[in-house]
Amino acid sequence: MTLNDIMFYLFAGSILTFSLLTVTSRRILRSAVYLLFVLVSTAGIYFMLNYNFLAAVQLTVYAGGIIVLIIFSILLTSHVSEKAVVAPVKQQIFSALAVAAGAVLTILTIFKFAFSPSASPAVEANVKNVGRALVSYNRDGFALPFEVISILLLAAMVGAIVLAKKEKNPEAK
Amino acid sequence: MIDNIPLNAFLVISTLMFFIGIYGFLTRRNLITMLMSIELILNSVNINFVVFNHFLYPNQLHGHFFSLIVIAVAASEAAVAIAIIINIYRNFKSIDVENLDQMKF
Repeated sequence: MTLNDIMFYLFAGSILTFSLLTVTSRRILRSAVYLLFVLVSTAGIYFMLNYNFLAAVQLTVYAGGIIVLIIFSILLTSHVSEKAVVAPVKQQIFSALAVAAGAVLTILTIFKFAFSPSASPAVEANVKNVGRALVSYNRDGFALPFEVISILLLAAMVGAIVLAKKEKNPEAK
Repeated sequence: MIDNIPLNAFLVISTLMFFIGIYGFLTRRNLITMLMSIELILNSVNINFVVFNHFLYPNQLHGHFFSLIVIAVAASEAAVAIAIIINIYRNFKSIDVENLDQMKF
């Protein structure tokens, strides 16, 4: 067992533990921090697969952006020591059963399916190849999704500002 | 780098993470924690795309770009969702889904 294997099992273990803690912790702020650990471990797995750019995006957008946004909104909407309301025990048990059945079914299917890897030479996912593919409009280019996603981000930004804006004078209507 | 680890190990991790996210979505009663469960689900799907790209189709980068786009969609979704949540909190002073029945009839 090499060091890489040990690192992989470490990341896998921390992903599973912290995602369980995220959905079971009673304190909302703590579960946000556990979610941060899950996302950072996922970035570690991307680094180990040699997808450096994707791992950097995961760290900046997910771990840096979304978690900060979530923590801000938690602090705006609830007290730090507030315990989250959870579903009744009966509902928890039935959800756990349904989820466990789904997980077992999916894992059995995964182990039954014979994946056939492609034998063609690998493309290295370095920043040069990623950047070229992102703005290329030829085959294997991603210029259209890139433009669509930029419009989506603009629309989301405008929408978020309009939604969260306070109405200045509610009596004026 | 970790090519001696089988593909199935990654898929099992992402499957478990996906179903943990669904469990959180079913049992949580707070809008922000439900949003966090959705983020878990999206993240597990990302792992799937990246691992299929790396192990099955290493001659292309389609899975890589698909996860990049999913990350962008998740970011915009979180921003809009949190704007909506803050607006709900302003109007109802609570973000528990039990109390939000104004639009039901």
